Amino acid sequence: MIKLSNIRNFSIVAHIDHGKSTLADRLIQLTGTVAERDMQAQILDSMDIERERGITIKANSVRIEYPAKDGETYILNLIDTPGHVDFAYEVSRSMRAVEGSLLVVDATQGVEAQTLANVYYAIEADHEIVPVLNKIDLPASEPERICEQIEDVIGIDASEAVHISAKTGLGVPDVLEAIVTRLPAPTGDPDAPLKAMLVDSWYDSYLGVVVMVRIMDGTVRRGDRIKMMQTGATYGIDKLAVLKPQMTDIDVLGPGEIGVITASIKQVRDTRVGDTITTEKRGATVPLPGFKPAQPVVFCGLFPVDAAEFEDLRAAIDKLALNDASFSFEMETSAALGFGFRCGFLGLLHLEVIRDRLEREYDIDLITTAPSVIYHIHMRSGEMIELHNPADMPDLTYVDHLEEPRIKATILVPDEYLGDVLKLCQDRRGIQMDLTYAGARAMVVYDLPLNEVVFDFYDRLKSVTKGYASFDYQMMGYREDALVKMQVLVNEEPVDALSTMVHRDRAEARGRMMCEKLKELIPRHMFKIPIQAAIGGRVIARETLSAMRKDVTAKCYGGDMTRKKKLLEKQKKGKKKMRQFGKVEIPQSAFISALKMDD
Amino acid sequence: MSALVQSPQAAPAPLTRAEDWRNGGFGLYIHWPFCASKCPYCDFNSHVSAEIETDAWRNAYISELRRVAALTPGRVLNSVFFGGGTPSLMDPELVAAILEEVRACWPQGNDIEITLEANPTSVEAGRFRGFRDAGVNRVSMGIQALNDSDLRALGRLHSVEEARHAFDIARNTFERISFDLIYARQDQTLAAWQAELREAISMAADHLSLYQLTIEQGTAFGDRYARGRLKGLPDDDRAADMYFATQELTDAAGLPGYETSNHAAPGEESRHNMIYWSYGDYAGIGPGAHGRLTLDGQRYGTEAIRAPAAWLNAVTEKDSGDVVKTTLSGEDQAWEYLMMGLRVTRGIDLTRFSTLSNHDLTPKINELTSYGLVEKQSGILRVTKAGQPVLNGILRELLP
Repeated sequence: MIKLSNIRNFSIVAHIDHGKSTLADRLIQLTGTVAERDMQAQILDSMDIERERGITIKANSVRIEYPAKDGETYILNLIDTPGHVDFAYEVSRSMRAVEGSLLVVDATQGVEAQTLANVYYAIEADHEIVPVLNKIDLPASEPERICEQIEDVIGIDASEAVHISAKTGLGVPDVLEAIVTRLPAPTGDPDAPLKAMLVDSWYDSYLGVVVMVRIMDGTVRRGDRIKMMQTGATYGIDKLAVLKPQMTDIDVLGPGEIGVITASIKQVRDTRVGDTITTEKRGATVPLPGFKPAQPVVFCGLFPVDAAEFEDLRAAIDKLALNDASFSFEMETSAALGFGFRCGFLGLLHLEVIRDRLEREYDIDLITTAPSVIYHIHMRSGEMIELHNPADMPDLTYVDHLEEPRIKATILVPDEYLGDVLKLCQDRRGIQMDLTYAGARAMVVYDLPLNEVVFDFYDRLKSVTKGYASFDYQMMGYREDALVKMQVLVNEEPVDALSTMVHRDRAEARGRMMCEKLKELIPRHMFKIPIQAAIGGRVIARETLSAMRKDVTAKCYGGDMTRKKKLLEKQKKGKKKMRQFGKVEIPQSAFISALKMDD
Repeated sequence: MSALVQSPQAAPAPLTRAEDWRNGGFGLYIHWPFCASKCPYCDFNSHVSAEIETDAWRNAYISELRRVAALTPGRVLNSVFFGGGTPSLMDPELVAAILEEVRACWPQGNDIEITLEANPTSVEAGRFRGFRDAGVNRVSMGIQALNDSDLRALGRLHSVEEARHAFDIARNTFERISFDLIYARQDQTLAAWQAELREAISMAADHLSLYQLTIEQGTAFGDRYARGRLKGLPDDDRAADMYFATQELTDAAGLPGYETSNHAAPGEESRHNMIYWSYGDYAGIGPGAHGRLTLDGQRYGTEAIRAPAAWLNAVTEKDSGDVVKTTLSGEDQAWEYLMMGLRVTRGIDLTRFSTLSNHDLTPKINELTSYGLVEKQSGILRVTKAGQPVLNGILRELLP
């Protein structure tokens, strides 16, 4: 067991491209944690999607041994945390598992929105924060100005910021030394009953479910019988290991340590992020504070473009769910789209990630329907129904009233963009709850309907503030409002997958926007196509997509015949990738793009 | 090659009953693959070569003519077409030698049409008399634009003045003349095109090929377009307006459109090209040339090796320049007939289609008729004026 005073646990907070992964790579390399020949870039981001989008979805960790200048050898545990509002809860748990953070800021760019959002989590978790200025070797770097900015905007002392170039390795040894000298050692009682926080878990095809834990109190050994305090399930530990970053077996983990456990756990959904793991016998009685069960807040339908791929989709979703407890699904049938699944997600990024993985890792083309939240429908009979899908909206004559979920949204934004943010929130039916200033930044708190946020609020917020706003939200419960189901008719045929719930006052504007969008998204056909939005039987908006006017091959003689036929066949096949609604073919992308609002 | 395997619904073997080359005639296409320079919009099989061994090429063409003639003995030849590349860069003596061999190979129709594609530069104009003496009776000139800056943008080597001069020489030399223009060019307005077309009509050719600029993959324009560097091209609506304006002006001038991009005084239609559009038989000789031949009651598609040197080598060493010879099923032929035949205003014979295919077009024809895009009358299916500029859409609907 390692002495507490010789352990440092930390995370790295940074904006995309400010050098988080490169710095992590350097720390790993410099301490010889990974042999030179096994090194690859972004060693901690294991999913392709993470590498591509430059985001971290799953927490990951690495244990580094570092002989410091004081002659002692320290164990440094780096937890790489997710960095998106969809995974706010996971981030907060990861932050609770460590005592300090490195705040990496690009010395040529300065503090940006994502930095703020994540620093906020670190501050909330009482972290000691060490500012690190990266890319100091570039001629455009302005360390003094950026230090001032860190002090102004974030409000932490940056006078002792570490100056580095993660790319060249310049200053990286100072980072290691700062971790040891400036971050606090963890605390914990080795003799107390075991309390280990479940930081994250994932499915490994060889080992089954792997659980990452931070030991808060007590010790855990291979062979121990453990209990998940939320679920009450008990398991025998098969394997105890630390990540270097590959799994390295270890006999015992004590307070302050971070490691992984396997225990013949069948499914990731049997493990809950934030849960407290204790021993089966003589275990802790009070769990660690702050646990929240994963709650899907956004729902949408996923349908295979090719109906014959439904079984493949089922198999793929089953497999993905093994590795993601926060994602829920049930079978759904749509008149227009056939068989598919209604799936629940933590947020829109989560939705996109799952959809991308299904399309890429399992090679299934998908149609994604309009995301929706859960509405409470109070029937005249007194019964309450949860509505996950606008298509299932019951006949209005039986409905007494509807309630929708509301959120408390907290937005941090530089002064100059405040007006735009207020307008955005106002346009999304927000009610202002608070507005305060911290330096040159405003903190705006709004009570917003989740259905106005779920779709593209985050994208819009980023675009109106040029990326300088950070956003977080909490669920606030349900409230009654005048909501109606808006249908879309293409060539007089209702398209159930485009039905949405909207506020009565917004319906007309939304309907018009949707019709205009669809007019852009649906390719011209051989005939003109009316596109309408309707509430009940009443048309509230209408556009007409004119018939195709020009598509002919100018030159076609004897030599081109084969190629021309192939081209037409290819185009025809492309058309088959679209969905047929009556005589109209709608491209799959239209189902989601039609709902994006450019207001 | 496309799916030329017999499809399950293909009509049973003896397709000879009514379907053979007599439906469309018999023509000969000769491909000359060389150009003085490559045009940025052109995706034809053309190459720029410093040195061309005329003797080797002459021998190769003659050898190919003999090989194909042996397969098609006694056919009456309706047309010969020298295409390219730039066949007007051929030595007139080579053209003469080829045509002499052609006359030895097949009996010829009384009104045989022998066309040669020509660029309107002075170099080529100097050869016109030689081509005529060799037997060429029609030229198709690649004038492309009547505006010097656009000619440069299109990568052409001639000026408007030069083109007009070459055209005058051609008119005094050949019985029949056609020329090509490209429209819907970058930044071209409808009014500018109308003016240019009026000027072209006033030059009194008997035939005009008026092509909308098409951006093809694998061309310089295609690359530029993909990189977003080809700006000012008209959108579909503007392109359609230009198309209809073209029909109006040529109709009024007595040069009505008889095919998507081709216009002629009555009787002056290109007989050779009509063989393609009537889905007749034609032999293709030269690098990359395609052919459609009915041999012993079976229709074949042929395709020659594309690269000039490889073709020359194959003909010399292996006695054949063809790289592909595919059997065309009834269905294959039916769709090729439909695809080609609907380009011409007179339309296709649905009886001929149904001898080749078991596919029932009726529901789709009815639907397209209701949109005013096609019309059916006494067994003939025609694309209406409104349907012509969206022919690809119509074909996609009709294809199975």
